Amino acid sequence: MLNSGQLKYVTITIFALLALFPPMTAAMDNAYLVPGISRILIYAVAAISLNLLVGYVGLVSLGHAAYLGIGAYVVAILSAHAAEGSTIFGLPGTAQALISVPLAVLTSGVVALVLGALSLRTSGIYFIMISLAFGQMVFFFTVSLERYGGDDGLFMYAGPNRLAWLDLSNEWLFFYLCLIVLAGFWLFCRHLVGSRFGRALGAIRQNEARMITLGCNTYLHKLAIYGIAGAGAGLAGALLANQASYVSPDLHHWTRSGELLFMVILGGTGTLGGPLLGAAAFLLMEEYLPVLFDALGLELLSEHWRIVFGPLLIIVMLFNRRGIYGLLARREGQ
Amino acid sequence: MSDTSVLRLKKLAKRFGALVVTDDLSFEVMPGELHALIGPNGAGKSTLMKQLSGEIEPDGGHIHYFGRDITRLSAAKRARAGIARSYQITSVFPEYTALENVATVVQTRVTRGAAFLRRAAGDRSLDDRAMALLSRVGLGHVASQLAADLAHGQQRQLEFAMALALEPRLLLLDEPMAGMGTEESAIMVQLLKDMRGELPILLVEHDMDAVFALADRVTVLVYGRAIASGSSDAVRRDPAVREAYLGDDGDAS
Repeated sequence: MLNSGQLKYVTITIFALLALFPPMTAAMDNAYLVPGISRILIYAVAAISLNLLVGYVGLVSLGHAAYLGIGAYVVAILSAHAAEGSTIFGLPGTAQALISVPLAVLTSGVVALVLGALSLRTSGIYFIMISLAFGQMVFFFTVSLERYGGDDGLFMYAGPNRLAWLDLSNEWLFFYLCLIVLAGFWLFCRHLVGSRFGRALGAIRQNEARMITLGCNTYLHKLAIYGIAGAGAGLAGALLANQASYVSPDLHHWTRSGELLFMVILGGTGTLGGPLLGAAAFLLMEEYLPVLFDALGLELLSEHWRIVFGPLLIIVMLFNRRGIYGLLARREGQ
Repeated sequence: MSDTSVLRLKKLAKRFGALVVTDDLSFEVMPGELHALIGPNGAGKSTLMKQLSGEIEPDGGHIHYFGRDITRLSAAKRARAGIARSYQITSVFPEYTALENVATVVQTRVTRGAAFLRRAAGDRSLDDRAMALLSRVGLGHVASQLAADLAHGQQRQLEFAMALALEPRLLLLDEPMAGMGTEESAIMVQLLKDMRGELPILLVEHDMDAVFALADRVTVLVYGRAIASGSSDAVRRDPAVREAYLGDDGDAS
């Protein structure tokens, strides 16, 4: 068990190792591993943003992937218009990440504020259901978006965006962009949860009725963090679109929201490191469980690896409520 | 308008279906007064407290606070206007330390705009005030303990400190001595005695010794209706009260 001072060094070490990852893989002739880790970094951003709601305010959202998908679609749609030379709302498209990514974040944030304004009128199980309903609403909206591929999704024929003059189709470059975005978002969230605002959110999670009688407008607090979390998911979505050069309604299907929730709980709710560990564990298992069974000669399991994956997740959650992070860290005094 | 009262109830009424829980209730709390509200179980005391703090809306009548009608004001707005309440069932933030609990209240009162983004932990402008209040209620030595780990009586004291942190102009105390041992009760009674005259308090309490020792005025509630109101002695002698509540064999004194 580590105390918070030691954890800080562990965190810095993890980020330092990640920074050295591409050259290490190159040295070991494993360069194909880089995009997989980029994907983990992106999902870590999404999971951290969801954890702002689940872990810090106790708002369990089953529709968070909606904002992931919206961010991705903004990037893809702008790229498509740029490739066609057509306009959207009277404006030209763009393949410039300096424009498309902030727009993706902004759009996700604004949509989150609008949907949050409605769904946060409810609480508890009703909030879970309404977040699921809004999530599916966004899903069916993009399915019906024939202009942008409908349920076939939308290819970015022009490839990933350019970041200023840099080409994001370069895997190393993209990896470092994801790492910087994750580190930046991490620091942002660390400041946020440590602020007076964050303390108020924690108090709302523990005893909302009390916060109200203390004169706190808890609705506005929850709406603010909901918007921020939505914007964070939009940021992750914008990166995902750039990595795959492809978006589809699948991105915000409710099962994706469930996966994000799994990452958060698996890693440890209410911590910053938890969602990163959860995203890594989830995606690595998803990737390597079939490979593992294949190597063991268990053909049936390598095809139906989810039979093992599902129960494994359930067991981890049953026996370790505090997640992977809880195994490492001492319970904080806070 | 020569209404000098802090709180004035005018024919306040609340029904749950056919059950009348507040029945045309009128009384007032004057500045600096400790006004106790007693009554048997089911007399509607807690429901009344909730109407005063804004958690339940009354069906009829008016609540005036410093001469202003606040009958339809939300709970949060009433809290900001200076009405603080404590709960019959302990209501603190269990995962925060005692100090953080009070600091949370202090920050809720003072924080506006960009100050929300200031770092909370170790903020002297919050902690100093919180610490002073904790010391005042006798919890200075457990400031860094989690609220969940405090003894029951200490949690009640903590709640009292949180109510004071709002710098209220009116304090609503719902059975602050509930579930306390004799020793803990004594601490609480002493705290309330020290507060006397400083702040108007409306106190709901079952502990009769405490009520008669503390209250400037006592109102007796039975089935949502005030059957008597006056000084401790007058209420104690009131025949209607003796019959309805204290029991006529006179052992209540």
